[in-house]
Amino acid sequence: MKQNSWQNLTRGIIRENPIFVMMLGMCPTLGVTTSAINGLGMGLATLFVLIFSNITISLVKKVIPDIVRIPCYIVIIASGVTILEMVMAAYLPDLYAALGLYIPLIVVNCLILGRAEAFAAHNNVLSSLLDAIGMGLGFTLSLTVLGMMREILGSYSVFGYSFATADAEPILLFIMPPGAFLALAGLMLSFNKLKGQK
Amino acid sequence: MSYLTIFIAAIFVNNIVLSQFLGICPFLGVSKKISTALGMGMAVMFVMTLSAIVTHLVYYQLLVPFHLEYMRTIAFILVIAALVQMVEIILKKTSPALYEALGIFLPLITTNCAVLGVAILAIQKDYGLVSSVCYNLANAMGFTLAIVLFAGMRERLDRAGVPECLKGAPIALITAGLLSMAFMGLR
Repeated sequence: MKQNSWQNLTRGIIRENPIFVMMLGMCPTLGVTTSAINGLGMGLATLFVLIFSNITISLVKKVIPDIVRIPCYIVIIASGVTILEMVMAAYLPDLYAALGLYIPLIVVNCLILGRAEAFAAHNNVLSSLLDAIGMGLGFTLSLTVLGMMREILGSYSVFGYSFATADAEPILLFIMPPGAFLALAGLMLSFNKLKGQK
Repeated sequence: MSYLTIFIAAIFVNNIVLSQFLGICPFLGVSKKISTALGMGMAVMFVMTLSAIVTHLVYYQLLVPFHLEYMRTIAFILVIAALVQMVEIILKKTSPALYEALGIFLPLITTNCAVLGVAILAIQKDYGLVSSVCYNLANAMGFTLAIVLFAGMRERLDRAGVPECLKGAPIALITAGLLSMAFMGLR
């Protein structure tokens, strides 16, 4: 049992990493990762909603009729997102403004609905919580790494601390839209390469 | 004139997929063949245009008068899901040919973030009913253009010798990056 919960927790981080392995939730991944802070913020926001939805869904899974389960899940997820939106607008207005449209779009992040359908609907509350934490951390980690990479290349800074000399010209392309695709392609390529070697 | 601006801006300059990153999942997921990509594009165009009308009415006739603006996300996703379901049922009854063509793509559209995203954007931009219909239609056309172009490139790539570790997702992302760069040239 202990082994099992450990697996639930760690599975999302590498072996079933939501972004590099399962390719879920690509829109926020590409859209907000212009800097490491944004990536981290988006990751944590998603983690919050994921924990909320996984716990709620695994609590009410017996009450929901099978035919209407998807709409029910979406309403639960949307409630989580609305709570998050209000909390963020009140306490973290800067991050809320930076992430903008992508906050309400957490509702349609396929990662959250995917975990609800694939995991929370069949497991107890504790495992669902662990699964949500693992998956959410895997997502956060990937977003932070991608954001960091784009920030280093695109604006010569890490978490907002610039390390460039005054006359340095960063590779602007990486904070523009095409850079998102190219940076993710590079990361995925390295991930595949490393996984192939194991 | 301003409607023309909306169209050009949404299709080419601020392409929804390639510069705003909405609808990336279907963009990467159903773009292996041009025919399926076109089918998906058509289905999105259909639903997005309808959702423009419905979400606009729901927001301004229902949410604003009752001061329920904070319910926007929940209301919109429900409206869109219901709309997709309704379109599916109506199409099945009235036009089986169209249903055959779009059928399998319709359920996927509920979780297409482009539909929800554009509906929210149209509200944020304070568009009137006609403008928001134009805006949604234009964005859907942009989506179709991007996904069809991308599918065409991927069909070619299938026959090219791609190195082992680049196969699948990485090469698709690089292709998308190049496409996005080409669209940036239109700014």
